[in-house]
Amino acid sequence: MSKNNDSNQFRKVDVDEYDENKFVDDEDNGESQVGPDEAEVDSLIRQGNLMEALQAVLKNPPINTKNQNVKDRAEALMLKVLSAFKSSDIEKAVQSLDKNGVDLLMKYIYKGFEKPSENSSATLLQWHEKALSAGGVGSIVRVLTARKTV
Amino acid sequence: MAYHSFLLEPISCHSWNKDRTQIALCPNNHDVHIYKKDGTKWTKIHELKEHNGQVTGIDWAPESNRIVTCGTDRNAYVWSLKGEVWKPTLVILRINRAARCVSWSPKENKFAVGSGSRLISICYFEQENDWWVCKHIKKPIRSTVLSLDWHPNNVLLAAGSCDFKCRVFSAYIKEVEEKPGPTVWGSKMPFGEVLFESGPSGVSGGAGEGAGGGWVHGVCFSHSGNRLAWTSHDSTVAIAEGGKTSTISSLSSETLPLLCVSFITENSLVAAGHDCYPVLFVYDGTKGSVTFGGKLDVPKQTSQRGISARERFQNLDRRATSSETTEQGLESLHKNSISQISVLEGGKSKCSTFCTTGMDGGMVTWDVKVHTHTLHTHTV
Repeated sequence: MSKNNDSNQFRKVDVDEYDENKFVDDEDNGESQVGPDEAEVDSLIRQGNLMEALQAVLKNPPINTKNQNVKDRAEALMLKVLSAFKSSDIEKAVQSLDKNGVDLLMKYIYKGFEKPSENSSATLLQWHEKALSAGGVGSIVRVLTARKTV
Repeated sequence: MAYHSFLLEPISCHSWNKDRTQIALCPNNHDVHIYKKDGTKWTKIHELKEHNGQVTGIDWAPESNRIVTCGTDRNAYVWSLKGEVWKPTLVILRINRAARCVSWSPKENKFAVGSGSRLISICYFEQENDWWVCKHIKKPIRSTVLSLDWHPNNVLLAAGSCDFKCRVFSAYIKEVEEKPGPTVWGSKMPFGEVLFESGPSGVSGGAGEGAGGGWVHGVCFSHSGNRLAWTSHDSTVAIAEGGKTSTISSLSSETLPLLCVSFITENSLVAAGHDCYPVLFVYDGTKGSVTFGGKLDVPKQTSQRGISARERFQNLDRRATSSETTEQGLESLHKNSISQISVLEGGKSKCSTFCTTGMDGGMVTWDVKVHTHTLHTHTV
């Protein structure tokens, strides 16, 4: 049998890029989004004012930005706040959030699941249980169907 | 409430005749079966075999008694009853993907077909050639059209699509109708014009409408045509009111996504989907808010039996909780997702009965009773 010595580069072509009917998401200008204010959140954690810290870290979610660093920093900050809570306070904290807050919290929780660290999964699971009872399966569906997420 | 199990396979789509004595449905294959009601029994009286692919949409025109069907074989047929037999007429849709949904216009002189070719075919009958002709609405649809609903003025058409948007188009065909008067959605309505588009780049949405969204599964105009409701795959239901300040009010629900929706009064709508039970929503026009009205289904039979220690440990082992809520099966009437809702009596302004069909092959007719002094609706 003859051996194919020609180039196999064609296998690396992404044909979907050349499809003229390809669906392109609407470009949303997210360059201005910088994520939650780290200094503010850190000071609130040190003061022990965890409810305020949660509210602060949920502000300015870096949803539309293409800068991965901003997203990573926001996620790390969120994890810090979530781990600082005592188990018994989690439920109250979730109750204090409105519907959008619960959805956003769910997005961060699932983002946190993607990169598990030392104790993060256990804390995240506790938060997940409380957020689920507040937001219902609908909030999880919204995490799954979101085109642009944190 | 009456549950009738037609088949073991899903009912792909259904449509009722004018006096609600016959139902045409597709039993998840290439045919359409027509069943006739005999008291409480249903007997199959016709089998419409013409399609080469699964029939995805059926609509039965009440006045002219014609049935239009569309399928994955990229065709649509208009069936007329000649004596005792239904005779099909092929309609060339000029699409290269499956047809997904079909709907007669209110005056039944044209019908719209949504397809995977990212366009809507508006078909009307041309007398000179004795043939159904179709025109396409293409821009700016970017993905499959999943659902359609006509405005009562016979010209405007709402379309829900997989590009996460719900739009209102003009489907004005000058060959078959007069120029329409202005409506709250706009006054200039040339064919193919987009009068409304939901979503981030369209009219600014309500709470949490930033990015994302999901496929728009179901759309419905209210009886007056001034309001438009749609359900989306991100578990939201939204209502837009036509007008200069087209505001969208949406509700992110706690349930699984809803697949179909219908107005039952000017202010309330009923929707159903993957949670297998219909849900009521109430719209407040003055506040611009949509609120959850309640679940419509069989009342739960609370089991009073205690739980033994052994069962408690077994639950702990299996489910990590020792609670006794053992939802062994679904407690709803439908045992699988509900895919279609149709209003039976009362129209969209004062609906008293509606019907749901689903993937469990069953059909349920629901009664709606509106209490005048409390704005709650109950099922009977």
